[in-house]
Amino acid sequence: MNAITPSRRSLLATAAGFGLSVQLLAVPAMAAETALNAKKVIVVICRGGMDGLSVAPPVGDSDYHGLRGQLTLNDALPLDGAFALHPQLASVHAMAKAGEARIVPAIATPDRARSHFEAQDVLETGAAGVYSTTSGWLNRAVETLAIRRKVDAISIGPTAPLLLRGKVQTASWSPGRGVDAEARLPALLQDLYRDDPLLGPALARGLATETMAKDATAGLDGQPATMIKTDAMGVAAPQASARAAAQQGREAAHTLGASLAGFMREPGGPTVAAISLDGFDSHANQAGLLTARLAYLDAVLDGVRQGLGPEWKNTVVVVATEFGRTARANGTGGTDHGTGSTALLLGGALKPGGIVGDWPTLKQSALFENRDVAPTLDMRSLFKGVLADHMGVDRAQLDKVVFPDSAAVKPVLGLV
Amino acid sequence: MALADQDLKAAIAVTRFGLGAKPGEIVEAKHDPQGYLSGQIRRSGADQPSGQAMTSAQRMAEFRDYRRERRELRVEKASDGRPATPAGVAADGDMATKSDVRDPVKVVGNMLRQDISSDFTARTQLGASTDTAFRERWALFWANHFTVSATKAITGTVVGPFEDEAIRPNVFGRFQDLLGAAESHPAMLTYLDQIQSVGPDSQFAINTRRGGARGIGSGGFLPAVQRTVGLNENLAREIMELHTVGVNGGYTQADVTEFARAMTGLSIGNERDGGFGVAIFRPQAHEPGDRTIMGVRYDQQGKEQANAILIDLASKPQTARFICTKIARHFVADDPPPSLVDRLERAWTSSNGDLARVAETLVTAPEAWDPRPRKFKTPYEFIVSSFRAAGGQPRNFQQFGPILTALGQKPFSAPSPKGWPEDAQSWAAPDAIVKRMQFAQAFSTATLRDRDPKILAAEALGERLSPETAMAIARAETRPEGFALLLMSPEFQRR
Repeated sequence: MNAITPSRRSLLATAAGFGLSVQLLAVPAMAAETALNAKKVIVVICRGGMDGLSVAPPVGDSDYHGLRGQLTLNDALPLDGAFALHPQLASVHAMAKAGEARIVPAIATPDRARSHFEAQDVLETGAAGVYSTTSGWLNRAVETLAIRRKVDAISIGPTAPLLLRGKVQTASWSPGRGVDAEARLPALLQDLYRDDPLLGPALARGLATETMAKDATAGLDGQPATMIKTDAMGVAAPQASARAAAQQGREAAHTLGASLAGFMREPGGPTVAAISLDGFDSHANQAGLLTARLAYLDAVLDGVRQGLGPEWKNTVVVVATEFGRTARANGTGGTDHGTGSTALLLGGALKPGGIVGDWPTLKQSALFENRDVAPTLDMRSLFKGVLADHMGVDRAQLDKVVFPDSAAVKPVLGLV
Repeated sequence: MALADQDLKAAIAVTRFGLGAKPGEIVEAKHDPQGYLSGQIRRSGADQPSGQAMTSAQRMAEFRDYRRERRELRVEKASDGRPATPAGVAADGDMATKSDVRDPVKVVGNMLRQDISSDFTARTQLGASTDTAFRERWALFWANHFTVSATKAITGTVVGPFEDEAIRPNVFGRFQDLLGAAESHPAMLTYLDQIQSVGPDSQFAINTRRGGARGIGSGGFLPAVQRTVGLNENLAREIMELHTVGVNGGYTQADVTEFARAMTGLSIGNERDGGFGVAIFRPQAHEPGDRTIMGVRYDQQGKEQANAILIDLASKPQTARFICTKIARHFVADDPPPSLVDRLERAWTSSNGDLARVAETLVTAPEAWDPRPRKFKTPYEFIVSSFRAAGGQPRNFQQFGPILTALGQKPFSAPSPKGWPEDAQSWAAPDAIVKRMQFAQAFSTATLRDRDPKILAAEALGERLSPETAMAIARAETRPEGFALLLMSPEFQRR
């Protein structure tokens, strides 16, 4: 099913090589590829429609207080006169102060339906519209890169996000008991699955990842098996000790981020990763809900940064959501589905700078449909910029394959 | 498509439409595989999990007491001069530790958690033991279609009662009745934030703006006085997008907002007006005036307005198309044959949404009997069918709760109102296959004892058992290894 005829393969290789030589001009191709081998990209998807105006409140915008009312964040962490960060994003704030984090305050996918599920599909497939493709853009980016160099990808969590699904078999991992290397069952099953296109590659990949996990998660505080509950994001049951649960959640989140980083530091480990966090749909009681969710996000990101250690300088992390929320608070202490939201860019590979993209302001006339933050940047432009400049994905491939029919959507260049 | 012979059809009936075969079940289905399934359809609905389940209202009241006591305890501790922390966080050696053992708040908190897991255990036991597993699968489909989730604490203790009260009695009745029961249930009203939604021009909102009104619509769970009152459009949007016409059903943002206005007043009761946790309609919170939705004007007043809209949504052709596609996808293939969807849709439309007719059409449709097993089992289906294959049922939550969470399907905790995904791509990630294997290994070791895995394999899969799997089981070193190979075989993982 994945068979590529020799002529087709050499054609692709030629095309890719051509793109590379144009892009890197005078740099010798071999040296350039070696440098690119170390480059890492991590995409964090925050599901549920993360409220951009809470992630990075535009404290300098004269309409901010009026629109937000009780949702105004008075203790936000200042970035500059215009923007601040949510008080729970302390690690992100420290990175921003060190020139290793930037905000993208008015970004959206091309989808305008305000449906979680349609917008998540568009965010993850990288298509211009819903239902036009069934694989994820990050998988197709890996497919493109894999023609030239060895690139592996991993998702963290029990289910693989659409973002990383597709032709290339990627790894996935979540904390568990580990596999007994002496047991016969894995080998017997691999034999039983030899003609199974779904289970065969998945089991082989899962076993390889488990082997890597032993080293990747060694030395982390506590055993991941007991430390990390996959449900750490959920409020599963009423907690008798909310604060202890929150603390446990933060520690688990930090360990999760550090585990991901552990895989990426392994020799031959993945250089592309995806992780998705649920629970950002804040229709009611938004302040409390986002306090917990953003604390979790912040801890994951801090875990990634610390875990990557010297590899942080080779890394770009993109945090994105399917849509933003209404600029005005609704009637129930929350916000409803909107359009523009805030993305975060982090990593030691980033060039320091201010906000990415333009700020449309919150003036009533500037709001999208008199309701939402008006997007000034297509999500695909941001992803394309990171993939082109940081990962060395060929521009033509970006326009046609990774983000189909997107030649008109220009990448944001110069981020790294 | 080759026509399956009678033996194969019996195996398909039990594994594809049910929850996996119990020993003897395939043989029982053999004389009339279709009739075996049709016979499980009944007007009175799906079975009720056994146990002493409380009603939603009782659970809601329990939850309210827990919240209230927790709040009071916090205040008490604060006035003691001790840190105002919730119960159970006192540092080691702190005076509070001893009393926390009998801390009423902690006790109730544990009771609530216990409620959730015992509801789920009862449901899993029913799934593992029932003789009418198609009926149960049909109910599970609808419970997932109308997802409510314990990811929201207030909803958690009523997910079980929601299935029992709103879903199970109505799954073989008219869709319109099922829809009405689901949308007006306290679990749905809390999960999708309807309880606080208030008409901006309602009498209640006007009084609040004057500073006169007290909190309303929260059943006592929320601050007594809210600083703002107004619309919340969450439930309105999801009814259209997920429960009826679907995202391409032809509605606009304006329709969503109009529908949200029409539904204002629908909430749960409090001490003063109907009892905690009981679904009620408060006329004083309802947005006055006519509404226009998808081109239709609704001039009803009060709660009749939302009812009329729901009835219209239920009978739209988009709804039939959207849901019949989901049914075909759930039972037959991730990418279902269009002719099957057409067939279901015709049954739906000609019977005005009679779900018994739709179920009957499904089990008699030739496309549904394609011998190729094209569905990869969800974690719940895999675990329940493992218990059935072993001829047993779980005794307690620990036997299946943690593994479901590790496989990404945490009990009663779907990640979003869209419910659990249906497709193989979602569930067959490498990590998940490794974890299924670990479960199969541990489960086989714990349950098999001296039984012959070759016989269990024949009982579990009948004619669907492949020569390769039969051979692998025959060559197994130990009985548990053979049974683990059965559970992990390509044909057992699919249905």
